[in-house]
Amino acid sequence: MTNICLYFQVHQPFRLGKYTLFDIGKHTRYFDEIKNKEIMHKIAQKCYLPTNSIIKKLLDKHDDFKVAYSITGTALEQFEKYAPNVLRSFKELNETGKIEFLAETSHHSLSYLFDKNEFYHQVKEHNKLIKEHFAQKPKVFRNTELVYNNELAKTAEQLGYKAILAEGWDGILGWRSPNYVYKPAGTRKIKLLLKNYRLSDDIAFRFSNKQWDGWPLTAEKYADWIAPIMGDSVNLFMDYETFGEHQWEDTGIFNFLRHLPTALKHHNISFQHPSDLLKIEPKDELDVPHTISWADVERDTSAWLGNKMQQAASTKLYQLRSAVLSSGNEELIDAWRKLSTSDHFYYMCTKYFNDGDVHKYFNPYDTPYECFITYMNILQDLAQKIKTKPSLLSSITRLLKEVNA
Amino acid sequence: MNKPKVLMFGWEFPPYKSGGLGTACYGLTKALSQQGSKVTFVMPVAPEGATAKFVKLIGASNISKNVKIKNIDSPITAYMTSTGYEEQYHLWAGNKRQVYGRNLFQEVQRYAAIAKHVAKEEEHDVIHAHDWMTYQAAINAKKISKKPLVVHLHATEFDRTGDNPDPRISHIEWQGLKEADKIITNSEYSKQNIIKHYKIPPGKIEVVHWGIEEAPAEKFEKPLDDKIVLFLGRMTIQKGPDYFIEVAKKVSEYEPHTKFVMVGDGDMLPRIINRATELGLMDRVIFTGALSGNDVHRAFQSAALYVMPSVSEPFGLVALESLKNGTPILISKQSGVAEVVHHALKTDFWDIDAMTNKIVSVLRHPELQEELKEKGNREAQKFTLEEPARKVMEIYKQVLNK
Repeated sequence: MTNICLYFQVHQPFRLGKYTLFDIGKHTRYFDEIKNKEIMHKIAQKCYLPTNSIIKKLLDKHDDFKVAYSITGTALEQFEKYAPNVLRSFKELNETGKIEFLAETSHHSLSYLFDKNEFYHQVKEHNKLIKEHFAQKPKVFRNTELVYNNELAKTAEQLGYKAILAEGWDGILGWRSPNYVYKPAGTRKIKLLLKNYRLSDDIAFRFSNKQWDGWPLTAEKYADWIAPIMGDSVNLFMDYETFGEHQWEDTGIFNFLRHLPTALKHHNISFQHPSDLLKIEPKDELDVPHTISWADVERDTSAWLGNKMQQAASTKLYQLRSAVLSSGNEELIDAWRKLSTSDHFYYMCTKYFNDGDVHKYFNPYDTPYECFITYMNILQDLAQKIKTKPSLLSSITRLLKEVNA
Repeated sequence: MNKPKVLMFGWEFPPYKSGGLGTACYGLTKALSQQGSKVTFVMPVAPEGATAKFVKLIGASNISKNVKIKNIDSPITAYMTSTGYEEQYHLWAGNKRQVYGRNLFQEVQRYAAIAKHVAKEEEHDVIHAHDWMTYQAAINAKKISKKPLVVHLHATEFDRTGDNPDPRISHIEWQGLKEADKIITNSEYSKQNIIKHYKIPPGKIEVVHWGIEEAPAEKFEKPLDDKIVLFLGRMTIQKGPDYFIEVAKKVSEYEPHTKFVMVGDGDMLPRIINRATELGLMDRVIFTGALSGNDVHRAFQSAALYVMPSVSEPFGLVALESLKNGTPILISKQSGVAEVVHHALKTDFWDIDAMTNKIVSVLRHPELQEELKEKGNREAQKFTLEEPARKVMEIYKQVLNK
């Protein structure tokens, strides 16, 4: 007997525009406004709006139904800019009082691995955004792509978080079950909540796969699988874009979601927020000295940092940090932070490039090499810009802002 | 079923070759014979008494006891124009007792006439012809033996001339395609081209992507400190050397210490040299002429990047050779190889800015070069000869069962 905990990740990156050698030193239009807007509109129609409307109905209908979200700062900024109705619909969900928001970095970055100060800044920034939009103070922390290790758990505890999420991967669990609350090694009180990746991926990845022996997956069948499970909670963590975008409407994904609470109720299974699990005593201590994530079979950071291009690009980015910040140029600082979004490095991944797999599906570039070339051209422009003093105009704008604040 | 005996018409065979065609014929016949097929390869060139240009072919017959090389005296090389033929003829005629026709088309006719006798003499189940010069010969052979004909199109007249075909040649190509029981192209790109130009029903055309045989035996030292960007191919309109030289100019504006090496011969060479002079690039561009054997490997291995700006390239084996030598590639999207190789930089052949952008990035970021090199080299290992030969064997079966 157990309960389930649903957490959905909502994220959109600012995708880069075409930026060639010939643009360096000429302009700072690094991001493709038109494409980002188009993609946001498309995903809003296919996923965010219809899924939010289903969630709203479920929240109204079922007393015990509740959901947690983590929405990145870049996604929030795109909602404000391109799809205010999506932001409004999330706010409506929040008004039910049955939504929990999680903490993460504002820019969905890997800053924890490169620069602690930047990491602190982005977590703080994200906290501010969640407070501003949803009047909540998150208690539970999730790092970008569930990148996790012992040290991060300690850091999150120091920052005041009561729980942290990670992948419930066999590599760290051994014989143990992901469906219990754990304590990260070397921490005092913070709880570790683990994703049940099998059951999560049944929805997120396998749902429409006709070769899979679980196909077609109905809410009733799924509830039957969960019913015999023993534990504190089955944690189903997945990208929100699963609904309608990764799994299209014609796969039946929306109907699945609609029927899930009722199907679970037949087995007396109900819903919990991550923060509902804080009161549970940890079953055991989990030691994760090496960094893990929720990506690919390797569950490591190789999807973002596995090859020489990815390493060179990220190293170069964080090398520029102090110079960018001390330039005082708000536009450049903002651009630099948007360049820290992990998706840019994901697009440079070459490990499965041959196979036309999931990496390719999400990649706006023809090849990982194109992404690297564009990204490095932009970094070179950025590096050149910060060498030159901020213009008089931008100094005045900044002064005015400070005065107004 | 017994493996079919093949009567194959071609006009390049290593070491007598000027491009990828000879390499492809060598690879195909070798792999076919390994899979148990007996191949008789009919060539228009005599191995005896040949000048340096017409190397003895005896060595070729050693590749397998299953391949017989039949020679018909002629100075034809694969990608020759009519004027080119005249020049070769003068070189060659001095060393020959007996001279056949002096005109390229007469040569093709003569080769076609002899094919009838060959078809009578040589036992075979299927006829396989490589590119236009052999098509009439193959059609004649088919008339005699009534065996099915597979026509293999490595390059069309449209590819070679940048869409300004010699109507006599395109007519011969069309005849070959029409008479064929099956047509093999080296890429989807090429298949679409012949559907467009010759209105051939798509169902008659099979795509067989090509591979290459050996990894380079030797590793060579890099000769220069400066980074090298390489062009390697015939200096003809098809291969885009004129685009390369314009790109060289642009790249050198951003990375002035780059050297550009241009390997190859051809009718456009004088023009390219003039253009390099005009652009003030004479100390940046090195012309080596045509290279062969280890010198080709040496050229690849000394380069940071190989650029193949082909205007129209049915496949582009040379790109695979580059990858096998550990040299990353920038290839035109107008090539067959671009369909199958992922770990490569790709642009349109005419997009000088896009090529410059990518080349400069490779020169500036060793990580990009390394990644392309490592992943490209690994990917190139997949392109063997066994797989295309197996597909060709499959096509023989199809035409024999019809």
